[in-house]
Amino acid sequence: MPSSDKKRLDYYALTWRLPVIVWQVLFFVGPLVFMIAMSFFLVKNYRMTEAFEMKNWVKMFGKDYFWDSYFLTLLLASMSTIVATCLAFPAAYGLAFKVSGNVRRWIVFLLIIPFFTSYLVRTFSWYVILAESGVVNNILGVIGLGPYTMLNTRFGTLVGYMTLTLPLVVILQTFSLANVDKNLIEAAQNLGASRVKVILQVIIPSAKVGLIIGAVFCFILSFGDFVAPYYLGGSKPPTLPILIIDTTKSGQQWPRAAVVAVMMMVTLMIVAFTAIKLAYSRKAYR
Amino acid sequence: MTQAPDLSRRKFIKSSTIATGALAMPMIMTTRKAQAEATEINMLAWYGHGEPDMVEAFEAANNVKFKPKYFAGGDNMLALIAQSPPGTYDIILSDAEFVQQLNAADYIEELNPDDYPFDDFTYEGFTEFPGHWKDGKLYSTMVRYGHLGVSYNKNAVTAEEASSYKCFWKPELAGKVGHFDWHLPSLGMMSLYNGNNSPSPFDIGGDAWDAVQKTTMELRPQVGGFFDYGGTFNSLKNGEMMAMCGIGDWITGVLEKDGAPVASVVPKEGGIQWTESYCIGKGSSKAEIVNKFIQYMLSPEGQVRSAQMAAYPGFCVTNGGMAALQQDNMGEAERTGQIAGASNNPVTLIKEGRIHYRDIPRQQSLEDWNDFWSEYKNA
Repeated sequence: MPSSDKKRLDYYALTWRLPVIVWQVLFFVGPLVFMIAMSFFLVKNYRMTEAFEMKNWVKMFGKDYFWDSYFLTLLLASMSTIVATCLAFPAAYGLAFKVSGNVRRWIVFLLIIPFFTSYLVRTFSWYVILAESGVVNNILGVIGLGPYTMLNTRFGTLVGYMTLTLPLVVILQTFSLANVDKNLIEAAQNLGASRVKVILQVIIPSAKVGLIIGAVFCFILSFGDFVAPYYLGGSKPPTLPILIIDTTKSGQQWPRAAVVAVMMMVTLMIVAFTAIKLAYSRKAYR
Repeated sequence: MTQAPDLSRRKFIKSSTIATGALAMPMIMTTRKAQAEATEINMLAWYGHGEPDMVEAFEAANNVKFKPKYFAGGDNMLALIAQSPPGTYDIILSDAEFVQQLNAADYIEELNPDDYPFDDFTYEGFTEFPGHWKDGKLYSTMVRYGHLGVSYNKNAVTAEEASSYKCFWKPELAGKVGHFDWHLPSLGMMSLYNGNNSPSPFDIGGDAWDAVQKTTMELRPQVGGFFDYGGTFNSLKNGEMMAMCGIGDWITGVLEKDGAPVASVVPKEGGIQWTESYCIGKGSSKAEIVNKFIQYMLSPEGQVRSAQMAAYPGFCVTNGGMAALQQDNMGEAERTGQIAGASNNPVTLIKEGRIHYRDIPRQQSLEDWNDFWSEYKNA
């Protein structure tokens, strides 16, 4: 192919890629660079001043409460990912293999409906359900159980995380499972594999990419969520998003909040890259 | 024979659209004209001050429109101003303890003392509220205030128990004590519980500060959560929290009206006063009308609105306001002690020395207090 044709082809490709590149630069790379730069700024008289000082990093890394919040957030997001993945799988399995395409479309549509309303409103509605005088405890009271404290606990936080992530994880898993080659399943069954063996050795490996992407989305959303740990967990103890709010609210320490935010970004990138590497590892293609 | 009119569907839609547009035009023009003529006043305030129950009557009478920007906490307010160009905010409702910082940063205009009814103030100390005057010049005027103490659910805490901050440590309240998520009021209360009432719970030395931190940490096992404005309301209303540290009647007053079995008292160790003051933003081109609004808020009508503000009630600062409140809603005046001789009369409590103005820490930095608050929340 002549070199001029090749050049034209590159320009053509670039034209289509350009919007994505511009978008990423404007709304991801630009703010990220600014956030990193801001973490070195100083605050004087409630006003941010440009500087290149390590004070904010030293301050935050030297505080036990930062590390406590960091590991708590990691723990809660991991728990959320495990619970959501486990809860979503049977539902997604049923939708992918046990119902007709028409029913599946309707149920996926129903799973999308919660996203039409504000997450904050959905979270506040849990107050009525989980309060000590709420719906769940009233029902349990009929059979002589409770009341149990569910609000302002880690359980409450997890319920909030599920409100945010579970429908999405079910949808992603469903699409992933629905695309598994049915011939592979039939072949495994014909060779005498039990149902559990088919799931563990054929379906899950075949749908690995989608399952892992669903889990990654769940982790990312939970890790960065402010609403559930604040309103259903009672901010007790605070997660990193709450720590960011606390840091900015009192003393207006946006640079210190930027340190927390950068740490969150780094963590999420490590998790996402590791997960993607795992998802697309050679074993996945076998 | 008369020919039937040619009224196709397309013609009908076209004609009716034109007719509707023509009919609606005067209304649209009038509304736009009215909106265009209304002077827009940018307000920086705590939530509720720019809502219709507070400003609607003034807006209608003066053809102005308030455009509020709300904050939570004085340092949040300072940051919003610091990050905005001069003249962004025409009127600022400041926590009184932050007025001196607004003034030091040259964010507010000087006021004329003759414009305000200081001679009618319920307490002479309010006339010369700390930080409102500098070098004999007035920069802010107090418009409302309230007291913070023990807020509790009457089904879980008796009035006698609530007469001391000690009730927060009541074993039955384990996991049922909430905090309003702002360090100043809660730590101020812990300081009062430790006996730091002279000169102020916020003006304490190193040893006393260490002791306050120790006392606060001892409360941690009792704490069920840290809440913002909405969360505080909900948790008290649905019984999740049975006692709340860091608030007062500004929250429970609203809930009481709604029938919740809650109340707030100033305990024997003393209470903390929140104070809200109006300032005119530096460089505002609407200083005249803003000043008129401040005068309106200090008038009996404005004071009655303020005392019954939907978002959170506050005490009247003028005798005229108190008298008007008694006429307008005697029940509310009695409930809040805003009648002569009431044991919970706010001015009486101040004169008895039981009330301390909320302040920023005087011997530690705000950062020290805030850092400890983060540690406390994580404990």
